[in-house]
Amino acid sequence: MSTVSESSRRLLAATEKTSGKLRKATTSRAATIAAFIIAAVWTIPTFGLFVSSFRQADDIKTSGWWTALSNPSFTLDNYAQAFASGDSLPLSKAFLNSLVITIPAAIVPILVASLAAYAFAWINFKGRNTLFVLVFALQIVPIQMALVPLLQLFSDGVKIGGLYILPGLGVNGLDGAYAKVWIAHTIFALPLAIFMLHNFISEIPDEVIEAARVDGAGHGKIFSKIVLPLSMPAIASFGIFQFLWVWNDLLVATVFTSGGGLPITKALQDLSGTYGQSWELLTAGAFISMIIPLAVFFALQRFFVRGLLAGATKG
Amino acid sequence: MSEFFQWLAGVPPLVQVPIVLVAFAVLIAAILAFVEIATKGGRVFAVVRFAAAVLVPVAILLVLGLYNSVMWVAALAAVLGAVLFFLDRRSRSGAGSLLQLSGFLAPAMLLLAMGLIYPTVRTAVSAFMANDGSGFVGLGNFLWVFTSPDGLTALLNTLVWVLVAPVVSTIIGLAYAVFIDKSRGEKFFKLLVFMPMAISFVGASIIFKFFYDIRQGEQIGVLNAIITAFGATPVDWLGLEPWNTLFLVVILIWTQAGFAMVILSAAIKGVPAEQFEAASLDGASPWQRFANVTLPGIRSTVIVVLTTISIASLKVFDIVSSMTGGRSDTTVLAFEMVRQFQLGARTGYSSALAVILFILVLPIIIYNVRQHKKQRGVR
Repeated sequence: MSTVSESSRRLLAATEKTSGKLRKATTSRAATIAAFIIAAVWTIPTFGLFVSSFRQADDIKTSGWWTALSNPSFTLDNYAQAFASGDSLPLSKAFLNSLVITIPAAIVPILVASLAAYAFAWINFKGRNTLFVLVFALQIVPIQMALVPLLQLFSDGVKIGGLYILPGLGVNGLDGAYAKVWIAHTIFALPLAIFMLHNFISEIPDEVIEAARVDGAGHGKIFSKIVLPLSMPAIASFGIFQFLWVWNDLLVATVFTSGGGLPITKALQDLSGTYGQSWELLTAGAFISMIIPLAVFFALQRFFVRGLLAGATKG
Repeated sequence: MSEFFQWLAGVPPLVQVPIVLVAFAVLIAAILAFVEIATKGGRVFAVVRFAAAVLVPVAILLVLGLYNSVMWVAALAAVLGAVLFFLDRRSRSGAGSLLQLSGFLAPAMLLLAMGLIYPTVRTAVSAFMANDGSGFVGLGNFLWVFTSPDGLTALLNTLVWVLVAPVVSTIIGLAYAVFIDKSRGEKFFKLLVFMPMAISFVGASIIFKFFYDIRQGEQIGVLNAIITAFGATPVDWLGLEPWNTLFLVVILIWTQAGFAMVILSAAIKGVPAEQFEAASLDGASPWQRFANVTLPGIRSTVIVVLTTISIASLKVFDIVSSMTGGRSDTTVLAFEMVRQFQLGARTGYSSALAVILFILVLPIIIYNVRQHKKQRGVR
């Protein structure tokens, strides 16, 4: 590198409008090799599990997955088995549970939060800033602080002096009930969702809102006809982030689901505990659990990154 | 409401989704319809407003399904509603504005009060109460955390997580971002390292359980296969105290390096090109250019990434739970907290652990949020 003569480099710098070539120079050969090593180290564990998920159960337990590359013998049995097996519930049911939990848990908080965000952005009221800061500050509360009392609230309600302030949900032990986990995810999503959507909604130009108001639209119409459609990019970012967060969540699921309502993360974890040696089930199960998030991720990456950065404090 | 959810539980799962979404949409539509007419003048709308102010609280209470003293509470709600109505009539911005505001804010505020504020206060209180909630024990539960083997291990391990994971993930992410910047196939290379972000910690744990596997005879885990190939005896990585915590940290690094890389890569591309040109004209080496141009240019992003991963490390639960279940001294605060509750309903211990977690997370989040505010717009 340093042998390249100074004059030619000056010439290059002078003629190049973009810095592309110049920056390229930082990527020396050693750097390229290092990048390849990192990329390999990052992909090999997943690749190994992926290959294994297609191998015969006996092969998985007796030889490394890399031997299958030179000596291939693949099968789909593991997937068929994993779908049907499971300690208390089949993985296919857990997969379904995950869908049933995740879809409402991603949509409901967005709407509730956008209502509140609109009020904070476009309705003048006393104490607006104080209340907003309070909601914003709730982001610092780790959900661990809320888990146990919220669980007790769902089952027993809140009583003061023998009077119920809030009754319990009464869904304990009901197999098909997802209410607890839906409500829990919705609540835990709100501070971040309100904050993110407020950032976006408050930046809608004054003139747009004012024009609608002049046309006789009230807050209800402005919200549903103008603000909601205009906020779609922010809603998409948060929606995807929340979807992946809920789908991949284990902690909330551990506390708020049971029996026939377990999502796939919890079912898989149980599987890895009880069938520690059943690698054929675990490998296939892991990939079944990854299909949806990976598809969402590849299709909607751009939105996801934005949601991710805003979601720094989530959980 | 409990009746609704109980009825819903009997419906096939996939049918529950549209039912819930439609019910919710109807609720929101009703709120919006009311909000739209709330500020209109005239006697009819005043009657609508009064009816809404008085009847909605009563209806909510009835829907929630109160078991005892229904009439008393309903009457109280009606009175409160009437007070709200008169407050609203006299409010400065005109009749209806206060009711309209409640339409927008009440759903979120009620949920937050019920599910975040109230539980947090209760946890803070039970941290000072005995495990069965019978009496005040002062700092006893915190003393337990700092003296018992489980509590102390959890605390120390959490410190290891938060010291190692953010720094290593950021260094790897930054190095990778710089190495592949402007190279051919940059997008593809990014995807390889970023992909673990989409995989759940449970999925990642299974991937690494396989990676760390040990057994008699031929090794099927990559790591043991490599070291046995060099003639060493296979190692039980997850049982190897005290290093096993570090092997778990590797999993978090594996998932977070991609996050660091994507965010930092965007920041690197935001550094003005002229600065690179100037540095090159001055004859700066690649390393000097990196240290003197790139690094200062992305400093604030590096801090955001570091703090973000620190928060994730402090709250780590899934990895420990699925890899070792806290065995072999690998427990951490967030995991120990759930375990203390689930094993023996030790709410006191569990709450104390949650409070300690809160205190540890607090300064980092505040700092992160402030950096984040400065950072906004850079992307």
